[in-house]
Amino acid sequence: MSTADLATYNFAYLDEQTKRMIRRAILKAIAIPGYQVPFASREMPMPYGWGTGGVQVTAAILGPKDVLKVIDQGADDTTNAVSIRAFFQKVADVAVTTKTREATIIQTRHRIPEEKLTAGQTLVYQVPIPEPLRFLEPRETETRKMHALEEYGLMHVKLYEDIARNGHIATTYAYPVKVEGRYVMDPSPTPKFDNPKMHMSEALQLFGAGREKRIYAVPPFTEVVSLDFEDHPFEIQTFDRPCALCGAENVYLDEVVLDDKGGRMFVCSDTDHCEERCAGGHRGSLAYDKEAAE
Amino acid sequence: MTTDTLAFAGGFDQPVFEAQAAFRTLMDCMARPGTIGRIDATVVPPAPLNATAGAIALTLCDHDTTVWLTPALSRSALPGWLAFNAGATVTDERQNARFAFVEKGAMLPNLSLFAQGTQEYPDRSTTLVVEIDAFEGGRPLVLKGPGIRTEAEIAPVGLPDMFPHFWSENRQNFPRGVDLILVAGARILCLPRTTIVSVKEA
Amino acid sequence: MYVAVKGGEAAISNAHRLLADRRRGDRSLPAIGIEQIVAQLGLAVDRVMAEASLYDRSLAALAVRQARGDMIEAIFILRAYRTTLPRFGYSKPVETGDMRVERRVSATYKDLPGGQLLGPTFDYTHRLLDPSLLTDEAVEAPLEREEAGEPVMRVSDILAGEGLVEDDGSLPDGHVAGDLTREPLEFPMARDLRLQALARGDEGFLLALGYSTQRGYARTHPFVGEVRIGEVEVELDMPELGFSVSLGRIQVTECQMIAQFKGSAKNPPQFTRGYGLVFGQSERKAMAMSLVDRALRAEEFGEDIVAPAQDEEFVISHSDNVQATGFVEHLKLPHYVDFQAELDLVRRMRREYEAAQNIDLPEAAE
Repeated sequence: MSTADLATYNFAYLDEQTKRMIRRAILKAIAIPGYQVPFASREMPMPYGWGTGGVQVTAAILGPKDVLKVIDQGADDTTNAVSIRAFFQKVADVAVTTKTREATIIQTRHRIPEEKLTAGQTLVYQVPIPEPLRFLEPRETETRKMHALEEYGLMHVKLYEDIARNGHIATTYAYPVKVEGRYVMDPSPTPKFDNPKMHMSEALQLFGAGREKRIYAVPPFTEVVSLDFEDHPFEIQTFDRPCALCGAENVYLDEVVLDDKGGRMFVCSDTDHCEERCAGGHRGSLAYDKEAAE
Repeated sequence: MTTDTLAFAGGFDQPVFEAQAAFRTLMDCMARPGTIGRIDATVVPPAPLNATAGAIALTLCDHDTTVWLTPALSRSALPGWLAFNAGATVTDERQNARFAFVEKGAMLPNLSLFAQGTQEYPDRSTTLVVEIDAFEGGRPLVLKGPGIRTEAEIAPVGLPDMFPHFWSENRQNFPRGVDLILVAGARILCLPRTTIVSVKEA
Repeated sequence: MYVAVKGGEAAISNAHRLLADRRRGDRSLPAIGIEQIVAQLGLAVDRVMAEASLYDRSLAALAVRQARGDMIEAIFILRAYRTTLPRFGYSKPVETGDMRVERRVSATYKDLPGGQLLGPTFDYTHRLLDPSLLTDEAVEAPLEREEAGEPVMRVSDILAGEGLVEDDGSLPDGHVAGDLTREPLEFPMARDLRLQALARGDEGFLLALGYSTQRGYARTHPFVGEVRIGEVEVELDMPELGFSVSLGRIQVTECQMIAQFKGSAKNPPQFTRGYGLVFGQSERKAMAMSLVDRALRAEEFGEDIVAPAQDEEFVISHSDNVQATGFVEHLKLPHYVDFQAELDLVRRMRREYEAAQNIDLPEAAE
């Protein structure tokens, strides 16, 4: 082969046989909510750990009518989100948006959008370690048995040890959930703040782990319960101030270091949500100054 | 046309985009049991397989999947059509089938004889594609479970009276069990193994 | 006041531009050609082909150049290309007994049919920097011997003649060799898949594991039965034609490591083998692979599994350098959402800790 006639790529990069294999896995994942379906993950032109699972899932479901949004840490403009979005523009010529509402497919890393998702939408999570039991038991052969036997005692022991040692469950992200009363599932490293959004969501949620070769799903209107104890109920993070730009409360905030004298501000992690509120006239404590300064 | 020529014709006009559209309908319907989707396919499979079932076959089957066919479908030109258009091979062993196809009017096979998956790998189970007469006009059935907000109702014509019983047996082995794609004309409806089906109380 | 960070797109495109500049380097020097890389950095090209599982010297050289000499990056680029290639079929197993041998050494016999052939080896070079390479001094043509015509008999076949070495083993009827780039990974693995994983595995990782077996972490008393490097024929069965056709020749390195075995209820005392086979000239990799292959067969021989090199799930899950580098390096991606969650918890625990200290103080005074 000469180096001159390198490949031309199929729509959405993946070949059709690979798409079929992933599509079959997705249907089984939907039929068994929370169960990790093994799939023959392909080598993608971006590094493992950088969203290859999410990218494969998106590539397998994406069509010419879709509108794609890609976020990382809640933001559309983080470099890896930009890179993945550009990839799909290049290989699928797909329409893209930063508006949560306009998107039919949202690929995400580490956040669930603040705005409630709706029936026509699919949320695709990038997952680094799909196995919620992995840090308790590194062997796949063992964890697979534990899921088969619904043997989740170890997970409760771990969470309870946290409480004994720290007075709290020390898991703040990738907080394990139980899906439809059967499978314990890793929600991907989203902050536990986002866990309640998974429960009875109207949108379909698909999870892709490329390096670990697993796909799993939570269908719409499915029970997703964060593990907890009667005396230590699950609770989400709260912030003692609103977003400094848009004034939103009850949203997840990023801490921004302003100077070397301890100056801090807290702003929405979901950039689209924040911009939308600002455009609607909402103002936080620091945003107002900014406009006045212009 | 002879059965030989039939086998080499009738695939998708636009394989990439038609398969994608068909899959999205399947995915949406599997995620929302009871929702009726539509697959208007350009495919022309050999009779008696209906066009939409044929489109589902070409969307999901290939040389990595073995397919079980009813006696009537086995006798038709379908095995050759599947081999040529999808690369899929037909098996007599229901336990080995990733997919099974049942044409309209055929008896619904015993679900428990198909691959159920294992407790460790419940995904290794058969998906059945079953053509029936209609989704309305039959005895009303109530659906509950994941993908359904409260409950959904269908009234299929062409499923056996005992279907709710068969289905509850299938559900009892969860996470093991088969999944079902029902086809009526160009319309489809999915029943993943999680769906609870009961006869609507009068 | 505060403007949210924007411009990811521009930043990425500028970074790519800078990368291209650094790759090209000093424009007053001629650019390095693909043919030069193939010809003069052949072992780098071989390693990229081996660990990318794609035999194409030009493409591998292109990847090396594109990666600025970063081997894992080059392997990654070539693999991402490989994954898009259609499969026309699967070749017949290569017959290494018929290899056109360029190098062949055995540690187990002084002399043997086919002889000991040093070939183009670094082995007995003194590792002194060679100033003659600073200038393009003329290099003598190599000496070539007459084609001996004698088949280079495999050491494993010599031992097999006495029944003192395990045979190749057999696979169940109808067994189709697996391909872990097309199927989901599952443990325990059949040996064919395991060997594929090792052949693609990181040379450094396998080297370290192989070394560990020599130092007592699962010692197998190994001898190099032989290492051979040369060209083998690749043939494809053509059912339509009723015979197989040759697709050409590829260079491979094969190592058969002979290891001790006391025998068991099922098997008489005999030598066992570890096997290594890689694209190109890569003796270190083939030898390390054969050591690890043998160590991973511990369960098969009823040996105690006590060392990392014997642990299939551990070895295979971590041998792939493209996976490893991706996941290690992903830690530099933004994680500030999760970090915020941890910050919040640590601050809270800190407040509680300090509150508890204040309460505890008077008690301590009592």
